[in-house]
Amino acid sequence: MSFQPYVPPEQLMKDRSEYARKGISRGKSVVALEYADGLLFLAENPSSTLHKISEIYDRIAFAGVGKYSEFEDLRISGVRLADLRGYSYGREDVTAKTLANAYSQALSAIFTTQMKPYEVEILVGQVGDRPEENELFHILFDGSVADEKGFVGMGGRSDELTGHLRDSYRAGESLEEAVRLAAKALADTEDRPIDAPKLEAAVLDRTRGRRKFRRLDDSEVADVLSSSSVEGGKP
Amino acid sequence: MTGLGAGPGGRPLFGSNPSFSDLVAGSGPDAPGSPPPIQSHPEQPVATFSHGTTVLALKYADGVIMAGDRRAVEGFTIADERIEKVFPADEHSAVAIAGAAGQATEIVRLFQTELEHYEKVEGERLSMEGKANRLAQMIRGNFPMALQGLVVVPLFGGFDERRAEGRLFRYDVTGGRWEEADYHSTGSGSLHARGTLKKGWRRGLDRGAAVQLAVEALYDASQEDVATGGPNPLRGIYPSVKAMTAAGVEIVPEDEVRAAFQTIVGETHEGVRGGGSQAKEDLD
Repeated sequence: MSFQPYVPPEQLMKDRSEYARKGISRGKSVVALEYADGLLFLAENPSSTLHKISEIYDRIAFAGVGKYSEFEDLRISGVRLADLRGYSYGREDVTAKTLANAYSQALSAIFTTQMKPYEVEILVGQVGDRPEENELFHILFDGSVADEKGFVGMGGRSDELTGHLRDSYRAGESLEEAVRLAAKALADTEDRPIDAPKLEAAVLDRTRGRRKFRRLDDSEVADVLSSSSVEGGKP
Repeated sequence: MTGLGAGPGGRPLFGSNPSFSDLVAGSGPDAPGSPPPIQSHPEQPVATFSHGTTVLALKYADGVIMAGDRRAVEGFTIADERIEKVFPADEHSAVAIAGAAGQATEIVRLFQTELEHYEKVEGERLSMEGKANRLAQMIRGNFPMALQGLVVVPLFGGFDERRAEGRLFRYDVTGGRWEEADYHSTGSGSLHARGTLKKGWRRGLDRGAAVQLAVEALYDASQEDVATGGPNPLRGIYPSVKAMTAAGVEIVPEDEVRAAFQTIVGETHEGVRGGGSQAKEDLD
């Protein structure tokens, strides 16, 4: 029979948090912000096929940072939950709140019971018929949820990123303005320029039909950014 | 399943299953979409239920036109005069159904969710071939119900983005799947509709001619088959027609369908077109 040394629970949780934070800080960041017609998600992502931002349901999108395999797993679970709900009940019964709760429960259970916590932070956004009905849930690796308004920055240097966003964010801006602002916040945080092909962008646009989610392709992002070049560092 | 076995939560450890219908089937006997087994009493007819009747599809220059009449019947009663039988399956394809209306709409709903689910999980749309096969499997899954009388026979068509052409598939009750090169129809009035399609169909029809042919075929079916509803100008009921092109699924506006019907009315008045009227007999 083997004896395990006693580790105080405080220490255990602290170690796990540190482990998760370290993993997340190695990845690139994601920004989400509200603009006039809905929600914009922007991420630095060199890959054009392995997405950080995805569609979950009609008016709900998902974004993840950290370990790809882990947030991809969460994303697929979310799509399953949403489609199953929408099929069993009605399409409008699928809400970001339901998903945020499910993610929170799952991440919290993984954090306390599994060998290692998930090294991810995720964002669940829902566009409403009116701007004040938009919802943005930020869920951390330990399952804690924050209901955000206006903008969210997450990833390794989220504090800095959020600081940049706080300085420049204004409600009710156009999509072009929002893309420029978000790209600048990402570049300033990283202290280096980030060009359009390395950016992944998507919107939940309330003016669209049933499925509000739309990806912006590289040329569209490049067009927006070329009208004012995004430079790294402080102006 | 062999291979890497199951991960936590019963999920396969290798690859995620992008099928929504498998997900529904696997979520327990109370899962939505799993109909309760009907006890069969061969000596008793199954309770009456709504039947959708004639639907058809034909290829034309830009893609595929799909059309259906608007009637559902329960025995000799008209259950619904405005039912919809042509449904968009996703952005570039549609499915038209004839048969047990309740069962059919449920299969369509499951099929729509299946395609969207695949697209979201995998990050890209199923191929046209993949969609057609998936529908075949779902119709095959309905075979036990078909034996009880709940027959569902769809048509599936759409614009194949990879091949850049319209494609059309027909099915039978066992889930048999065949690709058609030109046109097809299914449902109680389908024989009559197909006759009209056969005479009128030409390769590379333009849109106007294709809509005209579809409406004529449905009109002819409605003249021969009681379960197929004809155009009803009094109540403003016209067949539903959809066009699948490179631009996606488009509902052909009612004005266009009405105009096609007016052409038929004009031709019948002028006596160019046979209307089934009897010759006057001399009784003297």
